[in-house]
Amino acid sequence: MKDTTLVVAGMATLAAGTWAFRLSGQVLRARISFPPRATRLLEAAAVLLLAALVATTALTEGHGFSGFARPAGVLVAGVLAWRKAPFLVVVLAAAAVTAGLRLAGLS
Amino acid sequence: MRSLRRTLERSPLSTAVLTDIALTCLAVFFIGLSYGAIAVSSGFPLWFPAVQSVLVLAGASEFLFVGIVAAGGSPFAAALAGLLVNSRHLPYGLALPAGVTGPAGVTGRGWRRLFGTHLMNDESVVFALAQEDLRAKRAAYWACGLGVLICWPGGAVLGALAGSAIRDTSAFGLDAMFPAVILALIVKDLRDTRILRAALAGAAIALAATPFLPAGLPVLLALAAVLLLVREPAANAACPAGQQPDEQPAPIR
Repeated sequence: MKDTTLVVAGMATLAAGTWAFRLSGQVLRARISFPPRATRLLEAAAVLLLAALVATTALTEGHGFSGFARPAGVLVAGVLAWRKAPFLVVVLAAAAVTAGLRLAGLS
Repeated sequence: MRSLRRTLERSPLSTAVLTDIALTCLAVFFIGLSYGAIAVSSGFPLWFPAVQSVLVLAGASEFLFVGIVAAGGSPFAAALAGLLVNSRHLPYGLALPAGVTGPAGVTGRGWRRLFGTHLMNDESVVFALAQEDLRAKRAAYWACGLGVLICWPGGAVLGALAGSAIRDTSAFGLDAMFPAVILALIVKDLRDTRILRAALAGAAIALAATPFLPAGLPVLLALAAVLLLVREPAANAACPAGQQPDEQPAPIR
């Protein structure tokens, strides 16, 4: 970790802001009617952010390509998750496939 | 033991619901294990996942924060991305009936209300909303919320200890665990074709931007794909938010 103070400040911002979100819905509840459409857009936005995180962490390292072993492992995990395999199986399969490919000489 | 049984008998929750809550907390524990291991193997000190898991107590945003900072992104870009993910807690608070997060009648005061607010997460809200009456809702919310408060940091600490014991993380494929965890968490949302299409578009934007932008920003750019979901239904587009109750059938999920 490069700069501990900055990282802790970022974490504190995240913690305080998250708690504020948790409280503000309850406070607003009596006062406004929040359109369900906006709720669904917020949820969708969260999924989009997380999906982009999956793509970038699976396929890139720094500013370049991560190599084939990692995305291959994530792809297998994705197929297993889609077929409703248990969480632990999905995550261990990703690590096992990636480690296996690296052992076989593929980066 | 006797007092535990008495407590359970007095509980407004059925054994089936309590079992479901326990299994959910167990799953959270396993996600916590991978979170702790990933945080430590991407260069964070052991205390970081422990402290963050207690203070933020929202898994996906913590993964996002760790992922962006580990990739060299600014901690504030990471916090911003995490807050976007956690903004869903605002509608959660709107959806919960009054009195679930704290004693009924106490509004906005008292430490139990402040603490109960911190226990709001995907799991506790889902279980609370699924119960019939307010007493059961409150019991489910607190049981699941406290369970997650124990299991998430507990998993994170054990995972961090295990992760710091492993020296060569790439040989074990641990770097593939992080995207796999996130994928497993969002796969149920991706079964919706519209979300899947927008998610693929967002991922493509982020990938295309990665060679040129500082770490952390490409992920935020993926939000542009939310425009693919805004378009429909067009009739409401001109109305200011909050003025007209939305009577359209669910367009997104």
